Amino acid sequence: MVTRGFTGRGSGGDQSGRIPPGQHLVDHFPVLTAGPTPRVEPEDWKFTLKVGPRPVKVWNWAEFNALPMTSMTKDIHCVTAWSKLDTRWEGVTVDDLLADAGLDRPTEFMLAHCYDGYSTNVPLADLASGKAMVALKYEGRPLPRDHGGPARLLVPHLYFWKSAKWVNGLQFTERDEAGFWELRGYHIRGDPWREQRYTND
Amino acid sequence: MTEGGAPPRTWQTCTIAGIVRQTPTIKSYFLRLAEPFVHVAGQHVDVRLTAPDGYVAMRSYSIASAPDPSGIIELAIERLADGEVSPFFHDIAVEGDEIELRGPLGGHFLWPDPAIAPILLIGAGSGVAPLMAMIRQRRARAQTVPTALLLSSRTRDEVLFADELLSTEAADPHFHLALAITREAPERASDFARRIDGAMVAAVVARLSGRPAHVFVCGSNGFANVATDGALAAGLAGASIKTERYGG
Repeated sequence: MVTRGFTGRGSGGDQSGRIPPGQHLVDHFPVLTAGPTPRVEPEDWKFTLKVGPRPVKVWNWAEFNALPMTSMTKDIHCVTAWSKLDTRWEGVTVDDLLADAGLDRPTEFMLAHCYDGYSTNVPLADLASGKAMVALKYEGRPLPRDHGGPARLLVPHLYFWKSAKWVNGLQFTERDEAGFWELRGYHIRGDPWREQRYTND
Repeated sequence: MTEGGAPPRTWQTCTIAGIVRQTPTIKSYFLRLAEPFVHVAGQHVDVRLTAPDGYVAMRSYSIASAPDPSGIIELAIERLADGEVSPFFHDIAVEGDEIELRGPLGGHFLWPDPAIAPILLIGAGSGVAPLMAMIRQRRARAQTVPTALLLSSRTRDEVLFADELLSTEAADPHFHLALAITREAPERASDFARRIDGAMVAAVVARLSGRPAHVFVCGSNGFANVATDGALAAGLAGASIKTERYGG
């Protein structure tokens, strides 16, 4: 339905098909968080990889930083309808994490866990093969606290609530277990190109 | 809260039934729903505008009205100078226009049911909208749960829903209103003449008869961080604090 009198800012323009439907471009980096912003110091930071309830490997900050570092420049898309192009990240790919822990594919699903109690589910297929990382740097600098520092998950091809801030663990699960927002009305997978915003979109 | 088997929220066309200027920069839009729903105070809708060339702009707006069966919801929209959707509403939209929306959406920033333990609401500017829905729902249901609202605004003229908030406080011994007016002297001794800080949050917490079990904060990210840090410093549990931050 055409809205009477609405023409838009015309800023959509031709972005070579990089803006998913219903999204608009922003230059700044909005911060959306469901509760208080946690304060986690690198010296207290730990990252745990689990298979089901069983911890397989724990890294501290120094150990994690000694893992192979990968850079990615990606477009990101928030379900609140903003998109930001060419964001530059550095961190450890999920492939490198699993390799360091000596794990292959114990199950096909993962849950990311965070210092603030947040969680989000992502199938392994959306994390492996260089698709996702635990990011430690944004635009060449340590990740700011507001954006999830010291570390956040980065799954740039899904809506950004999947890129969990203040991440402190990944857990293999037998089934696709809904996380925080997925239990509160948001889509189980969250593909921005299919506009999977809310439950059953 | 889980909606595993629920159908998707579909788009519907609503009609602007009324427009009311609330402050120099905020107008209320009363939307008559084609397919009425009853929301929970704190929820939002997504609004979608479509240009003749097919370009679509979508934004989320909190519902400011109390849940009721009227089939009309109120959105309070602030005109953002560099905005795309809010200038359309302020400069072009008129009564009778049709707008597409879907909702109600959001399963986190919700007025508790039952509402028994004290509740602290903290908002800035148009961020009072979802908090107003909560205050209105509380009043409509004659709830007496001790509730305090700390509301920050640049000037007294810019306090959204000021008259209604003042009369609610006057009529209800369990509702406390504290305004933080940042650019002029407030009129009331119970208000503050500065930006929000931890001491202010602690002072408002102390006006409640018991420790708040639920805290709802709505505003910019910077505002929300000061408000939540203040609530934590006042001894409130992190898990009891919910935030809605403006973004994008």
